[in-house]
Amino acid sequence: MAKTQPGTFFWQGNQACAEGAIVAGCRFFAGYPITPASEIFEHIALRLPQNNGIVVQMEDEMAALAAVIGASWTGAKAMTATSGPGFSLMQELIGYAFMTETPSVIVDVQRAGPSTGQATKCSQGDVMQARWGTHGDYMSLVLAPNSVQEMFELTVQAFNLAETYRTPVVLLADEIVAHMREGITVPPLKQMTIANRKRPNSTETQFFGKKEVAPMPSVGEGFNVAVTGSTHDEQGHRFTADPHVHKRLVENLIEKIRSNADRIADYETYNIDNCDVAVVSFGCTSRAMYEAVDHAEHRGIKIGFVRLKTIWPFPEKIVRSIAQEAHTIIVPEMNLGEILYEVQRSVKDTTRVVPLNKIGGGEMITPEELLAEIEKSVKKS
Amino acid sequence: MTEPFTIRKYLRDLPLPFCKGCGCLTVMNCFLRALHELDYHDMRKFVFCSGIGCAAWIPSPYFKADSIHAAHGRSIPVATGIKLMRPDLNVIVFGGDGDIAGIGLSHLVHAARRNIGITVVMVNNMIYGMTGGQVAPTTPLGIKTTTTPYGSFDPPLDTTRLVATAGASYAARWTTLHFEQLKDAMKTAVTTNGFAFIEAVSPCPTTFGRRIGLKDAAEMLRWFKQNTTLKEKANEMTETELANRIVVGKFAHTEKRTFTDHLQETLKKAEKAARKN
Repeated sequence: MAKTQPGTFFWQGNQACAEGAIVAGCRFFAGYPITPASEIFEHIALRLPQNNGIVVQMEDEMAALAAVIGASWTGAKAMTATSGPGFSLMQELIGYAFMTETPSVIVDVQRAGPSTGQATKCSQGDVMQARWGTHGDYMSLVLAPNSVQEMFELTVQAFNLAETYRTPVVLLADEIVAHMREGITVPPLKQMTIANRKRPNSTETQFFGKKEVAPMPSVGEGFNVAVTGSTHDEQGHRFTADPHVHKRLVENLIEKIRSNADRIADYETYNIDNCDVAVVSFGCTSRAMYEAVDHAEHRGIKIGFVRLKTIWPFPEKIVRSIAQEAHTIIVPEMNLGEILYEVQRSVKDTTRVVPLNKIGGGEMITPEELLAEIEKSVKKS
Repeated sequence: MTEPFTIRKYLRDLPLPFCKGCGCLTVMNCFLRALHELDYHDMRKFVFCSGIGCAAWIPSPYFKADSIHAAHGRSIPVATGIKLMRPDLNVIVFGGDGDIAGIGLSHLVHAARRNIGITVVMVNNMIYGMTGGQVAPTTPLGIKTTTTPYGSFDPPLDTTRLVATAGASYAARWTTLHFEQLKDAMKTAVTTNGFAFIEAVSPCPTTFGRRIGLKDAAEMLRWFKQNTTLKEKANEMTETELANRIVVGKFAHTEKRTFTDHLQETLKKAEKAARKN
């Protein structure tokens, strides 16, 4: 079975991610081993060469993303996968991919940091690194899966967004979702949306910094394309001091994503029109939320939730809308508060925003812990 | 090689950025003459990659060709990604000694180990020129730079010897004074199937020469001439005799299997496995 077959399977999250990449049309993967992301690399190393693609192990994570960028400029869809420490090393080239508008997919399977931290243990501590990890002004595009099914689906979506907006896209997974095994349904490939980058016609000379996404040539096609991470005009010529060219370029690169934020925003909601208490959650933590919400409802609490699939650009409109109903929003995270601040920023002072944090040992926030927090907030109100 | 060489044929109509006396101009001239002599009258079959530093600006965006001006030190892995997907293209890297032998050194060693069929031209001006003259991994011992005001206590790297040892098909070092040899080395590099490395020892009068008492490019070239030893002669000299000498010549030249050769063979195995399934 060279091609990914439709059907129902019992897969590991990392395997589902690799298969999703193949379905999305990935033709190049460069990686560097790291727990807990290595199974993506191992599985795609087995499968991509059977599907007209190339997989290579590079000398470090910077080289891995650099090779992905090189491959992307040959016209190939390309990806790498890593975890926190490797994600830190890739930040330089994430900025480069943003500045040069190079479609690329970076999977970060989060583990407990800072530094080597607890390499095999789950965390959700890279939310802000995924947003602000590289230097300078930029706009991140980040998705967070909460199941094996979504490790597959959101990998496909990450490629689609990377191709549509010509930008690096981060799949912000976590150790639990990545290492978990559960049922997954691969739909018939004909039913899936696969996006491809816009190609230039032969007379085109402007490939960069447009308000609308510019068409992307490949090297070796005779376009004489000049790609640079320095500030450049629409033709790719460097302007290392001109304030206007810099402002125009960076604002356009941000705007091409920000102006489509509503279209990009993807989330799951429950009972948000009629709740006193709401939970805003993402990734593995949301799995405990489902159970806690169920129990809370049985106890007569009017509860709703927003489960974010898009983390960045932050889907602030939907979060703001629950603040009109709920007197309290609880934000459970396996970190010491990251999405919390985005929720607070979105709802301002209209609603009480309560953190529920847990770090270390890869221990999840349990449904009981979240339920206790929900009940506490009802009593307080 | 019927029509005469005109450098403008290969260049965009842009003013070049290099200082007076900069060796980057000589390296550019050598390379484009090499292409001309190899009968490439345009650069459609070429992709150029470079990192950060003065030498990185040789191709980008001045060459009328595809060029990728990457992050500092990362030109070689970008070139690797291109070459893996497009083995039919000539992928050429230009970079300075800081870019290639400093921050990007591990990529250089691994590219040589893989013997991937790209060419790396390292312009070694023995200093971080663009940033104002800081010590480089190639600066001779004892030299005063802006970050070693009492003299460098940091022995320099013999980059070309390292690359030859790591497994490159071709490795050579010349100075920009050796114009013909440098040009011939570039012709060999471009036509070599495996990894080809050229170190062009090059004058930087602006941030290096004038601070070590060599007031212009001519004086720097004279200094190169006085301190250069041919590889063949150097083979018979002791380490003490060779201290602070620039050894020029060919350090490796063997045709052997490349990264692409090994990869193609492996991909056949994968195809076979796919059919079996």
